[in-house]
Amino acid sequence: MSDMKSVYGQGKDNYMLKIRLKSTILFIWFVILTIICLLPIYVLLINATRSNNDISGGFSLIPGDYFATNFKNMRTLEYAKNAFKPLIGYRNSAIITCSATILTVFFSALTSYGIHVYDFKLKEISYTFILLIMMVPTQVTSAGFVNFMIKIGLQNTYIPLIVPAIAAPAVIFFMRSYLKSSFPLDIVEAARIDGSGEFRTFLTIAIPMMKPAIAVQAIFAFVANWNNFYTPSMILLDGDKMKQTLPMMVQAVQSSDKFTDFGIVYTCIALSIIPIVIAYVLLSKWIVGGVALGGVKE
Amino acid sequence: MASAAQRRIKSISYAKYGYIFILPFFLVYFFFQFWPLINTFVLSFHGNDTNVEEFVGLDNYKTILFETEVDNDILLRKSDKLEGKSAEEKKAMIKAEQDNQALQSQHEFFKKSFGNTLILWFGNFIPQIILSLSLAVWFTDAMLKIPGKGFFKVVMYMPNIITAASVAVLFLSLCSESKYGAFNQILHSVGVVEDIESTASDDFVKFVTGTWEPRIVIMFIQTWMWFGNTMIMLMSGIMGINPSLFEAASIDGATSGQVFRKITLPLLSPIMVYTLVTSMIGGLQMFDIPYLFHKGTGISSINPNVRTVAVFIYERFHTRGTSDFSYGYSGAASVLLFIVTLILGSITFYLNRDKDAIAKKKQRKKLAQQAKIKNKQFGGLSI
Repeated sequence: MSDMKSVYGQGKDNYMLKIRLKSTILFIWFVILTIICLLPIYVLLINATRSNNDISGGFSLIPGDYFATNFKNMRTLEYAKNAFKPLIGYRNSAIITCSATILTVFFSALTSYGIHVYDFKLKEISYTFILLIMMVPTQVTSAGFVNFMIKIGLQNTYIPLIVPAIAAPAVIFFMRSYLKSSFPLDIVEAARIDGSGEFRTFLTIAIPMMKPAIAVQAIFAFVANWNNFYTPSMILLDGDKMKQTLPMMVQAVQSSDKFTDFGIVYTCIALSIIPIVIAYVLLSKWIVGGVALGGVKE
Repeated sequence: MASAAQRRIKSISYAKYGYIFILPFFLVYFFFQFWPLINTFVLSFHGNDTNVEEFVGLDNYKTILFETEVDNDILLRKSDKLEGKSAEEKKAMIKAEQDNQALQSQHEFFKKSFGNTLILWFGNFIPQIILSLSLAVWFTDAMLKIPGKGFFKVVMYMPNIITAASVAVLFLSLCSESKYGAFNQILHSVGVVEDIESTASDDFVKFVTGTWEPRIVIMFIQTWMWFGNTMIMLMSGIMGINPSLFEAASIDGATSGQVFRKITLPLLSPIMVYTLVTSMIGGLQMFDIPYLFHKGTGISSINPNVRTVAVFIYERFHTRGTSDFSYGYSGAASVLLFIVTLILGSITFYLNRDKDAIAKKKQRKKLAQQAKIKNKQFGGLSI
């Protein structure tokens, strides 16, 4: 008996050792990946605090004390001041992003609710249509979009950047799945018996119940709109700095030959990503959870 | 027996609210997306530059897909008959030759950008899927005791939310072919770059203007930005698999490799196909990073080795106020991109179709048919 026990014990020890070894190796690998993920951003922030000469002198992981000067140069030097205006960029990006996000989640909730709750002839057809158009890439429509917008005189305005946000098929798909799993139709019946109108039911009962789905989709719509470079750069053609969004100002830094001071370049890039990084750190739990939800089919 | 009041309630139809609720979506969709899509098709059959109104049929497709035959007559005339011609005739000849070259270069541009798209897509997708899949399996393995899984997930997803334009310009600065570029500095300390103080870009590794170096950098950026996203999607797929299967396998003494091949991979296949296709469509649209990964203004400064189809389309319709609108080529390339997407999308739908539902439908049809036959036996009377 005791023999058996020792053999069993040894096997168990071996097994535990193996697991521990594997866990340790994987832990080291994860740490390496973490460093790869963070290093470019870290180097960016470090270089924003160094002077052009320091940067040419070599690679460093220790912050310098030049950030205030870089920032001042960015605000005062003629070429930098004209190309990169962070406050105006934040303002314009915020206007476009907030309006587009609100429109996306509200109208997607409305559309998915309409399809989920009511029975009408074109119900299935319209839902299938929404699923189909989810696949069409933006690039395919963009030539016709720009041509059409110029024809009706909407280029250089924010309308083509904000209003199309109402039609977001992927968000509708997500919200419909959410409604299917957690919105019983009996609630609508009960509300009707209590004398609530259809729109009131939607606004006061359905929207609060859809809050989790709305929050996740609002975060994603916000990030997507904030980072969008493609659409604003094809609509805002006149080069008016007061209208440009933040990613467009980053492009101005990239395309200008005058930006030879790398301290200023890194400062501009750092200013362009800091708000979104802060927002991510605060909301990371929701964001990672939201991606996981999006991955689950049905 | 329903009372009059009950009958009245039943007769209320709420269908009109359904239409009212979905109306805004369809109005906006048709105005801002569907009509532009049709317009793209229309433009692809029309001319370029100043002849946007002119209908040219399939010429744009021909130009970008096939090589334009070089007109030998023009070349012949140019070589030996140029002498005795009047100035006007010479001008016309030169103009014809220039047009020919322009057409030729549209084809070259398109061919090259299509190739680049494929190269960049493969180069980012394969490392990305290997990395994400292995990470997803390790993260969901309940046996492994790894501290801080939540933290790792959050950090690995982070590159995905950072503005792609900023990422492109950040890497552009890090890759700079001068003494300011961090990568060249590191290579200098290893001894690959000899003269760090040199002002000639030939003395540095050409991370921006080379052929394969910028491609590899862009593949790295794309992988860096997207592996966290793919990992989380695959993880949620793995977590959807019934855990008792993993338990049973481990009781039966399966190794982790066997569990991966025999359980995880087959049950994960729908999500894998979904990931594959979304990433393919995303890869075809790759724009921000290839477009911004160069220094200077203007189309000519874009490195032709990283120009993707999306950049090709954009360059053709986006000309910043000059008269050189090439909507025709742009539209034709968009339509080709659309067709490729359509094919890829149908393949997914086909692979991902619900086999059980289809089998059930068939069975129901069969039953209905049998019932029909039975009915006929009774002289068509329904029972």
